[in-house]
Order: sequence, then C-alpha cells, then structure tokens
Amino acid sequence: MTRQMTGAKMVVQALKDQGVDVVFGYPGGAVLPIYDEVFQQNDIRHILVRHEQGAVHAAEGYARATGKPGVALVTSGPGATNAVTGLTDALMDSIPIIVLSGQVPTFMIGSDAFQEADTVGITRPCTKHNWLVRDTKALSGIVHEAFHVATSGRPGPVLVDIPKDVQFASAEYTPKSRTKISHYQPQVKGDMESITELVEALETAERPVFYTGGGVINSGPAASQLLRELVEASGVPITSTLMGLGAYPASGKHWLGMLGMHGLYEANMAMHGCDLMINIGARFDDRITGRIDAFSPHSKKAHIDIDPSSINKVIKTDIPIVGDVAHVLEDVLKVWKSRGRKVNREALRKWWTQIEEWKAVECLSFKQEGKTIKPQHALARLEALTKEHDRYICTEVGQHQMWAAQYLNFNDPNRWMTSGGLGTMGYGFPASIGVQMGHPQALVINVAGEASWLMNMQEMGTAVQFRLPVKQFILNNERLGMVRQWQELLHGERYSHSWSEALPDFVKLAEAFGAKGIQCQDPADLDDAIMEMINHDGPVIFDCLVEKHENCFPMIPSGEPHNKMLLGEASTKDTIGSSGAVLV
Amino acid sequence: MSALKIKKGSSKHSAYNLRPNFSDVSETHTLAVIVENEPGVLARVIGLFAGRGYNIDSLTVAEIDHEGHRSRITIVTTGTPQIIEQIKAQLGRIVPVYDVHDLTVEGRAVERELALLKVAGEGDKRVEALRLADIFRANVVDSTLESFVFEITGTSEKIDAFADLMRPLGLSDIARTGIAALPRG
Repeated sequence: MTRQMTGAKMVVQALKDQGVDVVFGYPGGAVLPIYDEVFQQNDIRHILVRHEQGAVHAAEGYARATGKPGVALVTSGPGATNAVTGLTDALMDSIPIIVLSGQVPTFMIGSDAFQEADTVGITRPCTKHNWLVRDTKALSGIVHEAFHVATSGRPGPVLVDIPKDVQFASAEYTPKSRTKISHYQPQVKGDMESITELVEALETAERPVFYTGGGVINSGPAASQLLRELVEASGVPITSTLMGLGAYPASGKHWLGMLGMHGLYEANMAMHGCDLMINIGARFDDRITGRIDAFSPHSKKAHIDIDPSSINKVIKTDIPIVGDVAHVLEDVLKVWKSRGRKVNREALRKWWTQIEEWKAVECLSFKQEGKTIKPQHALARLEALTKEHDRYICTEVGQHQMWAAQYLNFNDPNRWMTSGGLGTMGYGFPASIGVQMGHPQALVINVAGEASWLMNMQEMGTAVQFRLPVKQFILNNERLGMVRQWQELLHGERYSHSWSEALPDFVKLAEAFGAKGIQCQDPADLDDAIMEMINHDGPVIFDCLVEKHENCFPMIPSGEPHNKMLLGEASTKDTIGSSGAVLV
Repeated sequence: MSALKIKKGSSKHSAYNLRPNFSDVSETHTLAVIVENEPGVLARVIGLFAGRGYNIDSLTVAEIDHEGHRSRITIVTTGTPQIIEQIKAQLGRIVPVYDVHDLTVEGRAVERELALLKVAGEGDKRVEALRLADIFRANVVDSTLESFVFEITGTSEKIDAFADLMRPLGLSDIARTGIAALPRG
C-alpha cells in the first residue's frame, strides 16, 4: 500500500509507528506544519513545556523511567539551541531520546534567515547522530533510522532537523516494516573465550567485587535479573555507580552501596582492596576512580561494555568483553553453571569478614539534634515514609543529589533519574514531569536543592497544566552547597558567589502557579509535612529549610585514591594537594 | 600490537585486540576510514579529532564508490598506542563509519602523496632544478621563462626531500595532497 502524505503528517505517522504515546515540545514558526498534524490526532499526547531544555530533560526522564525512547519536538534556531544542554546530558548518560527540530525552508538555509541556526552543526558533537532532511521522500526512513540508532548499541540522543518546506511537501510514506535495514548493527553477544576467562577468574578470586553501572539499566530488566541471579549464586559483593542504582536491590545482602567520590566507605575500600574487579556496564568515570595510578592497585580487571571505546579508555583492562550486559551475563551464568558453580568459598568468607569491618565504620551516620533539620535526616525520613510506595526519584545536581544517592534505597531499576555525566543543574524537575507521564499513578519525587531547582522552575506551569502530581522536595540551605563545600576545602573558605540571595517564598510561588506549597523547618514537623506532601493529589513544592553549612561526606578528595577517604568534619583542612585542586 | 579492524559489531576482534600492551612512546599511524558519503561525515571525523584533542598530521578524502555512496578518508595521526586504540574505537562509534583500518599495524601499506611545486629561477639554478627533478622523477607540468611547476608523487619523505632541495633554487609555492594509502598484496 502506498500512501502519499505531507512531511508533517509523515512525522506524526512515523512516531505512531514507533509506538510513541507522548511528545514533549514547544511550537514555533518552523514546526507549525507538524503542530498542525499533532492537533488533528489523538494517539500521541503532546506535553507543552515552558522551555525547550525542559522538553529534552522530560524526554530523558520518560526514557529512563520507562525504558522506551523519549521524544521532544522543538522549533528552529533558539528552540534547537535550547535543546543542546539536554542532548549533551543524554549523550553523557547514554539515554535514548529523539529530538525533532524545525528548520527554515531548504532554499533559505545559509541566508541567516529568521530563527535559522546550523542545528546539525551545533548538535553534531552532542548527539549520537543527527540528520538534516533535505527531501520529503527520505523523511520517514530517517525518522525510523533515528529511533534505531538512538536505541541500539550504546543508547544516546539523536536529532532530526526538518526544514519547513520538507514538512509541507508530499511524498510516499515508508512504514517502519519496509524501511531498509540499517548498517548500524552493534554486536550484542560477547566473545565466549573472554567470558570463559572471566568465569575462571571468578572461580578462584579471593577478593572479588562487582562494579556495576548504568549499562545494566540500559540493557533492560533482563540484565538486572541476571545480575541478581549471579550475585546471589556467587556470593560476591556488589557496588554500583550513581547511574546504576537499583539494578541490584539496596535491600540485597550483598549490597555495598554506591562507590566513588561520595560513595560508601565499604564500597570504596572493597574496590581498592579487591583482587578481581568485574565492571559491568560502567565506564571508570573520574568520579569513580579518583587517582588513576593508585586505583585498585592489586586487582585483575574485567570490563563488560557494549561500546568498545569505553574499554581501556581510562583504566587498563585484563579481560575485555564487548557486548550487551544481558547477553554477556546470560553467557557468564551459563558457563559458570556448566563448570560447577565454583567460587573460592573460604577466601570469600574472609573477604566478607573484612567488608563487615569496613561496614562497622558506619560512614553515613549523622546526628540529628537541635531545632534545625539536617539534610541527611530529611532524606532518611523521606526514605522511611515513602519506601512502601513504588516511587520514582529524580534529582538536581549537587550535595542533595549525593545525599539522595546515599540515604534513599533503590530496589528496582528505572526508579532513579539523575544527571550523572554532565551534572546538569535544572535536570530533575523537568525529568520528574517526564517520569510522571510514563507512570501516571506512581509517586514521583524530585529531590532538589533550591539553586538547581530555580534553573527550570518555569516547568511548574507544565506540571499544573497537565495535572502532574510531581513532588518537588527542595533541601533549601540558601547555598550552592557543593560549590560552598569545595570553596571551604580548597579556596580558603572564600565563599565566592555560592549563596542564594533573593530567594522566592516557595509556598507563595507554588500558590502563584496554582499548586500546593509546604514549608518545614522544625524537625518535629518533618514527618507530618512529608505525609502531607505525599497525600496531596497534585504538584507540591516542599521547601525544607535545612542546616546551611552541612558538608557531604564521605568524600574522596580530588587527586586521592579510594583508601584516602574523608569520613566527616574531622580535619578536612589541607586534605587536597595542589595537584588535586586543579581537578573538578 | 596486533591488527585491529573495527568492523561494526565485530566484538570478537575488537575485544581481543583491545588487550592492553601499551607503551608511552608516540607512534605515527595511517588509518583508512571507510564512510557513508553523506553530508557532514567529514565534519564528524574532524570534529572527533578536535573535540578529543587528537592529532591530525595529514588527511585526505574522496569518494571511492559512487553507486555505494562510499568515501575513503585517509588519516595520518600520532599518539601513544593507547590513544591510537582510542582513536580507532571512537571512529568506530560514528554511525556513518563502516570500517576503520589501521594500515600501520595491518602492515606493508603503500603510501603515496602528490605535490605541486613552483620553482622560479634563472641560469644555473634553473638547470639544476630541472636536473634534480629528473633524478626525483618529477614532471614539469607548466613552464614559463621564469618558472617551472613540478609534479612529484611518492612518499611524504621523498616530497620533503625534494622540497628541501628546491628551496635554495627558488621554490616559491607548494601544494600537497596528503597521503593516500592501501595495503599491499
């Protein structure tokens, strides 16, 4: 069946073909034909954001919470340039999103037309791939290819730039099923020889540890299941990066907690002291490794990653396995079982005894006393009062993000949405909107700092308009807390521009948008206030006034290895050397 | 180091060859990158080198298969073995890249460059230039009473040597194509 239609209709038809049910966007001159088609159908819901950055972050949140690609629709020029931060964020965290941007008509490209920008040029380094569609005949095929590229291999953001005349012109629509097969087909099966080598290492290791990352979550629910099976059956301890939280349950008995710069003492010490490190879908990010030349000095390192460029990029790997996590883990389990499910039980017992000693340090302990709420306490109470819910947590970026990772427990994948690689302040609120669209009935909470939250606060309009009951849990210390912490540790306590002046009254702000505002500053009121937030059927801004000068610990100072952690306020002076100070 | 051919999806080969055996000594490698001939593909490759701080010593590009929309980009680059491996892996990530060949490790590649040199001079210098051109098998492709334009093909070193000899004889302009390379056999 051949079907002639306009480019604009083709876009909407291709989205339907791809199973898209929601698009986050903002109209403008160069996408009017597509918006006209959006208007004339009911299969795809359009969520009008208040800024294009919000649209892309919302698409990211939707993608991470549902495992399906997120879609954003923006206009040319400023619409596209506003999408750049979100695209870069998605590239760093490997999130599959498709951004469709309008462009000035092909015959005006290059003439500095109104709202013209070289969108494919600007977004080339911040997308996995992008396309400028010059002919309506190619449009539907390119949109299908865009979904394929975004979701295959290591996922990532793609952008399709569509000039207005291409949207108006008509051509034959190519359905997904008849699109020519892409040459882009990353291999998902790992090399069996290397997998066997990994199993052999696992059988004899005395101090093994699993170090898992976002790749497990990106690989899909099967990967998390297989990981759990392998961990339970082998009895090997497991830690995870910020991106991988939830793949293995925090309630699991082999769980060490998050590792890295603000990771748990036991997790970092296990990484430092292990003799076999099995990296599954993580990338040896600098927040994880600390000082490279002193990183886990005595371990054999295996690395499972779908992207060959991740292997040996930062840390030299002894057993590299290129493949999809679920496929590789399935083979690892198969080989390990067929060889008799062996591990070095005696040595493992000793290793766990050592780990229990590290755990006894209780690196996350804090004292809640006095009339001021400690941010850790606020999160511990949030955890206690919401853990029975199937809840989804987003964060902004900074101290609150690290505390959320430390004090909230994640027992399932796709429940934790945070900007890891790029560290985008302003990510969490729009992301929570995307998550709520994917899970309309779920409890969605954005743990925020007041400074981050203000960066995309305009999305309150979106939340209220579409009745999205997202809870904005703001730990308000009237500071850019992480910047302040670094200035304290590294810059002689000269707090250059790291406080929040002229903050709005968040309760009145919520009311101005037609939402609910709650303020809490007394620890005695905290539980009731949190319950009030949870039970309110609608968006809430929760202004939690917390201790202003609390630092986030544990912490590996810049330029130091894992076994040089700072555990608390005790002597943080001169802990970062001059070589560490240049690091971020 | 063994040969690394990052064929899209050939995880077996790439994983095997990604085993580190790295030194800190910089090496010069010639890479042949087969790409889909689509708008912006060269910008993607160059942007990768610029964005990640890799060196480009020489770069040539031309379509090699009109029907199949294939182009071949030949890049000469310098870096430690770890950087070279990273460059190849990063090139392999670019969606319109089909294949990355490291001609230096695949061995015995033929490398050729073409150059045009304008030499202006009189009397003995003019005669000497012609004589040397003959030794280097350079052709005269344009001549006036005051100048010659020589065309020379060969390895980059040969062209360097020829240019060095022409300099005192009145070399006024040089245009070089960069390297084209193919494995032997």
